[in-house]
Amino acid sequence: MSADTLKLLAESFTKILIPGLAMTVPLTIISFIFAVIIAVIVAVIQYAKVPVLSQIARVYIWIIRGTPLLVQLMVGYYGSSALGFKASGFTVAIIVFAINEGAYCAETIRGCLEGVPKGQLEAGYCVGMNYVSIMWHVVLPQAFRTAVPALGNSLISMVKDTSLASNITVAEMFLATRQIAGRTYQFLPLYLEVALIYLLFSTFISYIQRLTEKRLGRFDKTSENEGRS
Amino acid sequence: MALLEVKGLKKGFGDLKVLESVDLTVEKGDVIAVLGPSGSGKTTMLRCINFLETADAGTMTMDGTVYDLANADKKEIAALRRHTGFVFQNYNLFSNKTVLSNVTLGLTSARKMPKAEAKEKAMKMLEKVGMADHANYYPAQLSGGQQQRVAIARSLATDPEIIYFDEPTSALDPELTGEVLETMKSLAESGMTMVVVTHEMSFAKNVSTHVIFMENGVVVEEGPSKEFFENPKEERTREFLRMENIDA
Repeated sequence: MSADTLKLLAESFTKILIPGLAMTVPLTIISFIFAVIIAVIVAVIQYAKVPVLSQIARVYIWIIRGTPLLVQLMVGYYGSSALGFKASGFTVAIIVFAINEGAYCAETIRGCLEGVPKGQLEAGYCVGMNYVSIMWHVVLPQAFRTAVPALGNSLISMVKDTSLASNITVAEMFLATRQIAGRTYQFLPLYLEVALIYLLFSTFISYIQRLTEKRLGRFDKTSENEGRS
Repeated sequence: MALLEVKGLKKGFGDLKVLESVDLTVEKGDVIAVLGPSGSGKTTMLRCINFLETADAGTMTMDGTVYDLANADKKEIAALRRHTGFVFQNYNLFSNKTVLSNVTLGLTSARKMPKAEAKEKAMKMLEKVGMADHANYYPAQLSGGQQQRVAIARSLATDPEIIYFDEPTSALDPELTGEVLETMKSLAESGMTMVVVTHEMSFAKNVSTHVIFMENGVVVEEGPSKEFFENPKEERTREFLRMENIDA
């Protein structure tokens, strides 16, 4: 690797990292928060077998999982302007990512809800609690505990998938990299560099995921009676 | 008037008839042991009268209110459960809640009791079952016997008029059943009305006031404990007691 390339990489590092911090990170976090909200609602609708709404939820998941994210972004971008909304690429990206990831996370959370033993619900009923408060205090927290590893995976996918937003004019870090590469013709080194930055972000999320698991897992740690479950 | 009266309780799962037609009368202060071989319908009966299963037919009178066991709406079920407590075979403590929260949750969330008051009451109940010093533990950190005692405290906290026990010691190691039976015994002595599905003959013989012996979905024999064990009327009962090594 020549000295020129090294110099370019050093100079471009902040030029890539700044859109990363300013665009990729907020895009990921905001979209993921909405995705989880959508996912919980959709999962609970299915778990509780709410008529009509659970059929709608099935159709939503079927469509989202059956079409590519890139196509969804394009449909969202051109669709919103065709309908007369003046939404920025960033806004469209947040909405599309949230809807897309929401469908996948809904399936994760539904599976975890169904994994909570029926006896927990029955015990709640027997002390006089109603369905909603049992869900809120008992079933959802337990489902979340088991969902954290899978949701962590989804979040990591999402950080990487935000690179697709470059296709609808969102100046996130992959677009920044492409622009520098287009100017300097140093494609391979720059793409390796942006890969490294994505890796840093993903590693950080994995770390947060482990901390969350540890915190949520405190209630199934058997510190006193070894071997009891 | 009886506290609880069940008439004509029927329940089947598909083609399998679990309860043919069961009647049950419980007076205030009764401790009723429900005995019988596995598959005799004891647990199903208990679950039906607390609406954990929907019966095919039958009526129940609790404290003067009549319930249709086959067809009750949510409001009626909730109203009934204000009178009852239920202790499960596998404890069913809320695994994400501490011992203390397990007991307070039914008070704060279902009965809208202020937190401080609920905590005070919960601690009293935990003291009764000897688990107050474990208030901040999670269920997974306790032995089965300890978990079951917390479950008993949880059902006590809601001031039930009657507590149903569904094989409360069957999931426990033999050395842990003693502490749970001891707790139940002191509960019985304090005058609590209890219906206990159990395989513990010593509890039935020494603690319960009445025994119901069930087989194949019908009540074969019932009566005061002393009479049941010393002078059983039915041949099937004598056979059962012989199998359990209890001389009539």
